[in-house]
Amino acid sequence: MSRSIPVKDRIGHFLPKLVLSPSLVFVFVGVYIFIAWTIWISLSSSRMLPKYDFVGLAQYVRLWSTPRWHTAVENLFIFTSLFLIVTILLGLFLAILLDQKVRAEGLLRAIYLYPMALSFIVTGTAWKWILNPSLGIQEVVNNLGWESFAFDWITSPTFAIYCVVIAAVWQSTGFAMAIFLAGLRGIDSSIIKAAQIEGAGLPRIYASIIVPMLRPAFLSVVVLLSYISIKSFDLVLALTNGGPGSSTEMPSTFMFTSTFRRDQMGVGAASAVMMLMTVAAIIVPYLYSELKEGGHEH
Amino acid sequence: MSTDLVSRQCYRLLGRLVIYGGLVVLAAFYLMPLWVMAVTSLKSLDEIYGGSFIDFPKLVTFDAWAKAWGTACIGTVCDGLKPYFLNSILMVVPAVILSTAAGAMNGYILSKWRFRGANIVFGLLLFGCFLPFQVVLLPMAQLLGRLGIAGTIPGLIFVHTVYGITFTTMFFRNYFVTIPDELIKAALIDGAGFFRIFFSIMLPAALPIIVVSCIWQFTQIWNDFLFGVSFTSGEASPITVALNNIVNVTMGRKQYNVDMAAAMIAAMPTLVVYVVAGRYFVRGLTAGSVKG
Repeated sequence: MSRSIPVKDRIGHFLPKLVLSPSLVFVFVGVYIFIAWTIWISLSSSRMLPKYDFVGLAQYVRLWSTPRWHTAVENLFIFTSLFLIVTILLGLFLAILLDQKVRAEGLLRAIYLYPMALSFIVTGTAWKWILNPSLGIQEVVNNLGWESFAFDWITSPTFAIYCVVIAAVWQSTGFAMAIFLAGLRGIDSSIIKAAQIEGAGLPRIYASIIVPMLRPAFLSVVVLLSYISIKSFDLVLALTNGGPGSSTEMPSTFMFTSTFRRDQMGVGAASAVMMLMTVAAIIVPYLYSELKEGGHEH
Repeated sequence: MSTDLVSRQCYRLLGRLVIYGGLVVLAAFYLMPLWVMAVTSLKSLDEIYGGSFIDFPKLVTFDAWAKAWGTACIGTVCDGLKPYFLNSILMVVPAVILSTAAGAMNGYILSKWRFRGANIVFGLLLFGCFLPFQVVLLPMAQLLGRLGIAGTIPGLIFVHTVYGITFTTMFFRNYFVTIPDELIKAALIDGAGFFRIFFSIMLPAALPIIVVSCIWQFTQIWNDFLFGVSFTSGEASPITVALNNIVNVTMGRKQYNVDMAAAMIAAMPTLVVYVVAGRYFVRGLTAGSVKG
């Protein structure tokens, strides 16, 4: 073990990079080269198999003239806004309630959060059963005596997308709650006490002092939930399979069916690139700010 | 003065009532689907079609579980979920180990052996955590085909390891950053090398984050559907794909009890992990939101 120091120094210099490089190569190929590859396919005339010619933006023109894609984009918009608003409000509400020194906090937290451990396929299967009008909630309420009660959203082209929202909210609230709760626990409790002495009631203190202080938590929740909603695929597939008709089509399911079921690889690739651009527009500034602030801390 | 005190106590009591009321009602809402899944899976088909979906079964039967596990049909094969459950285990165990091991090494290098551009490398890796995987499906299918592992479990292990490394590297890098550099310098002066420091200083200190990383990867990979459905078919499918296929069988009277038992079986491993090690699961979940 008595190597001379200069040799060891030289080893020390390139060894870390050498060890790092194989996995880096895999990840960079898997992420960045593959993105470039997909962009290339989206600029080609590929249908059933990839074809490496160049047709300019023709596939993007086709994509944006497909009614199914318009439905998908509209649905993404409806879904994302509702999903975000409801999940954030409910998550924040739960976090604030849990922050009131309640009993059995650990158990309650576990109950709100366990859906996050499930596969979206499981969630979709369960909610499909609960929401089905002939044996689910509607039937139960009808049997209780309220016979005109109708809750058949899942079979309605107009309302089925709201079923996806319900199931997605159910699955993700615990996540929002966990981040908000961590934020609340980081707030100095003397601030609350001081405001109480001044005579402010608890609801007011939360509305005007505490919630504004949770801005970083809000940012994280909004970014991460948007990401979940843009890529949500399994839930739609399991719950509605894009239907009735194509009424709950989303960009993710559109991409999948175009590519693997309809032999429109070029259009599928173009839709994937649109998805990537949407995610990047949200994530890149977020990561940039997180890394920059993080850099100052160390 | 005393009425003021009474009214204040009333106000406080009312507040507690609202708090606990809200918490309990919402807890019921979050538990309801699990309850419904469980009771439905324990009923006979006749009871399901004759009764209320939320009631406890009049006659508890495990037939649906047995069928979902061993004899339910997926396509023309009637072996139940068992082979696919096994597929998922064969996929998830190596993928978790490989991605966690690589992430630990990467995190160590990116935090303690920083080189020029290390931050950029980390930033580029981090973006991989937020990749909409649709954008890599086509090239990955091509690559798997050329490597000769398309439609196989090793193919899925490969895919999950590659995209898992982005997360595991983030976990370990952010954790190792908090270990003081002086410790490394002292070890270097004592003559410890690159690997020695990793195995005798970093790894023993990293136990909590190893658990976080394993649990996170296990949950992600077990629950994955997109890669499974895109890169495998038939007998090589993971359990999520098989579950979706069972549920979407359209022939005959819908067997909701078998569907729910199948969903419970697919959910069981991640639920057990969550119950046993929920604390670490939450840490993984919120790691994406803490500063790098």
